[in-house]
Amino acid sequence: MEPITGAEILVRCLHEEGVDCMFGYPGGAVLHIYDALYAQEKIKHVLVRHEQAAVHAAEGYARASGKTGVVLVTSGPGVTNAVTGIADAYMDSIPLVIFSGQVPTALIGNDAFQEVDAVGITRPCVKHNFLVRDIKNLAETVKKAFYIASTGRPGPVLIDLPKDITIGKAEFHYPKKIKLRSYNPTIKGHAGQIRKAVDLVMSAKKPMIYTGGGVILSDGSTELVELTQLLGYPITHTLMGLGAYPATDRQFIGMLGMHGTYEANMAMHHCDVLIAIGARFDDRVTGKIEKFCPEAKIVHIDIDPSSISKNVQVDIPIVGSVPNVLRAMISVIRDEKLKPDTKALEHWWRQIDEWRAIKSLSYRQSDEVIKPQYVIEKLYQVTEGKAIITSDVGQHQMWAAQYYHFDRPRQWINSGGLGTMGFGLPAAMGAKLAFPDQDVACVTGDGSIQMMLQELSTMKQYYTPVKIVNLNNGYLGMVRQWQEFFYQKRYSMTYMEALPIFVMLAEAYGHVGMRIEKPGDVEGALREAFAMKDRTVFLDFITDQSENVFPMIPSGGGQNEMLLAERDEMVSTHEEGMVLV
Amino acid sequence: MNNSDNSNRHMISILMENEAGALSRVANLFSARGYNIESLTVAPTDDPTLSRLTLVTSGNEQIIEQIVKQLNKLIDVVKLIDLSETDSIERELMLVKTKAVGEQRAEMMRLSEIFGGHILDVTESTYTIELTGPGGKLDNFLNAVEKDAILEVVRSGATGIARGQKALHV
Repeated sequence: MEPITGAEILVRCLHEEGVDCMFGYPGGAVLHIYDALYAQEKIKHVLVRHEQAAVHAAEGYARASGKTGVVLVTSGPGVTNAVTGIADAYMDSIPLVIFSGQVPTALIGNDAFQEVDAVGITRPCVKHNFLVRDIKNLAETVKKAFYIASTGRPGPVLIDLPKDITIGKAEFHYPKKIKLRSYNPTIKGHAGQIRKAVDLVMSAKKPMIYTGGGVILSDGSTELVELTQLLGYPITHTLMGLGAYPATDRQFIGMLGMHGTYEANMAMHHCDVLIAIGARFDDRVTGKIEKFCPEAKIVHIDIDPSSISKNVQVDIPIVGSVPNVLRAMISVIRDEKLKPDTKALEHWWRQIDEWRAIKSLSYRQSDEVIKPQYVIEKLYQVTEGKAIITSDVGQHQMWAAQYYHFDRPRQWINSGGLGTMGFGLPAAMGAKLAFPDQDVACVTGDGSIQMMLQELSTMKQYYTPVKIVNLNNGYLGMVRQWQEFFYQKRYSMTYMEALPIFVMLAEAYGHVGMRIEKPGDVEGALREAFAMKDRTVFLDFITDQSENVFPMIPSGGGQNEMLLAERDEMVSTHEEGMVLV
Repeated sequence: MNNSDNSNRHMISILMENEAGALSRVANLFSARGYNIESLTVAPTDDPTLSRLTLVTSGNEQIIEQIVKQLNKLIDVVKLIDLSETDSIERELMLVKTKAVGEQRAEMMRLSEIFGGHILDVTESTYTIELTGPGGKLDNFLNAVEKDAILEVVRSGATGIARGQKALHV
């Protein structure tokens, strides 16, 4: 076999992994790799305008498709710019492989031009990382990276590539399989634990199913739907879990947590058996930990042992992959013809329906000013609930999660764990590249959109027609809301003066811009925008500046201490809650 | 090291890939997650692809459980054992430089003998004493020596091994 350059080896590895799309930005240390990419046609490389966007776009691509996202950046600022995206992927367990250029091996440690300790800087926010020191290890390292990124609890893996490694030559051998003695995720759940879990689940009088992003990541939605319907139990999702169970089904009682529905949080608080699946008991979900599910015995299914009993002590832990464990539970229930306690369940549902009747997501409609919730409701109607929705971070994110009813997994793409403003637009671009035939909308706000605005240019170059739904209230709305509630309306640095004319800005980038100021024009504008299949449309909705996200569990509150829009306009919080964010 | 803390003091011994950066991953984990680290020792094993790292930490049961899980989650960690959960032997090496003038010379030599130490280096005014044992024993020696007499203390950090047939290997 003829020796080929490290850069060529890398490209061959990507071909072997079936990579068809990657995101990146060239620079000195990766010139050889870009030269090798130039010589091939299998992989479409998307040239972003900022490395952070490369990672978010790869995340959008990975979150929508389930495939591993691939990023290529240069050394120094290339990799530091990518760090926010990498941390975002780490928090939400998104499979990515990031290649960063590095100065030549001989210069490492010399403070060379555009040198940064990429492996050191990214260590706390990657699942694993590598520095390739010998070209002979290059192909195997790439194989390991893809394997680690996509198996177990997925996550980002970075490979740092000194320039001399990409220039040197070696024979290319791609290992078919890889086995790591130190990494072997548990897939199959422990039979004894499954048995115990089934017994507890069947004995429940007031059961609750609570699921998170793990169900989406593991493609466990089919099994989740089957089990939930077999049991007839109520189900709630975390922000990351939306779409795993159809939101339009009666058994789904809405998202839980800080801005979840009243019925979901009340049911959590009062349940006697909690079945937690692929969720990690995040502080946004639990509220005050001492008040979390006080009456419940807890079953927790997760592929990551360190997620179990981290924040909340559980009674029956099951380590394993979600679909695998759920299938095992379903077969026990079916084989033994186990039946839930119908009478208790009827009683429980009656209680839940009472909570539901409070209609915690109701809001006051206006004829004068556009209510942001109304925009999302109309977006849902106009797209018939079928679009892929990406979101930025803030109030608009919560409204999108609350008012767009996601019926399928991988339809809702947002930055849950890290809460990265600027995520939405590049993520929409990535999702559109994964599914060119589907409608993709990015729900954003005037704050978030300006953090990644430059990607409008990338979207023009690579033809990714998405619809940008900008809920423009002139404020950093979520921070403003907290200042209103907890800082006596001292709006410190949350008013966005001198916003650009977004319509002109969109046009400057070659897209369509629309400004909508009247509630009566919302639906028409959305219909017009989605009719333009081949254009990116920036819809600038001028919305009510004072609207707040309700319901809400203030920091330090328990799940049964929700504030409702109509009832509790004025809010105070616990002293101890103030230290929480 | 205070004896009253021993109820939640744990010695965790780790077999990990002898790779660049592996040690940083462990150290990083402790600082990033706010875990306590009292001592840490590391060296390659008879198998040059593996390193053995022993660390002493403290925390309640829940924290120790998380530490063990988080360590296991590191890709470079092959196996680990919480030696405090099993019957085990703990040893630490200490080198102490003391003043040794006049009456002190005999006194220091006697103390060293009691603790099973060896005097490695002698000058007209100092002794350098080597001591091994569990951390508590080394503490006791230092407590027994007059404070002013101690010029320098070097401790290796604790390392350990399980008693009986139990062995940590790949």
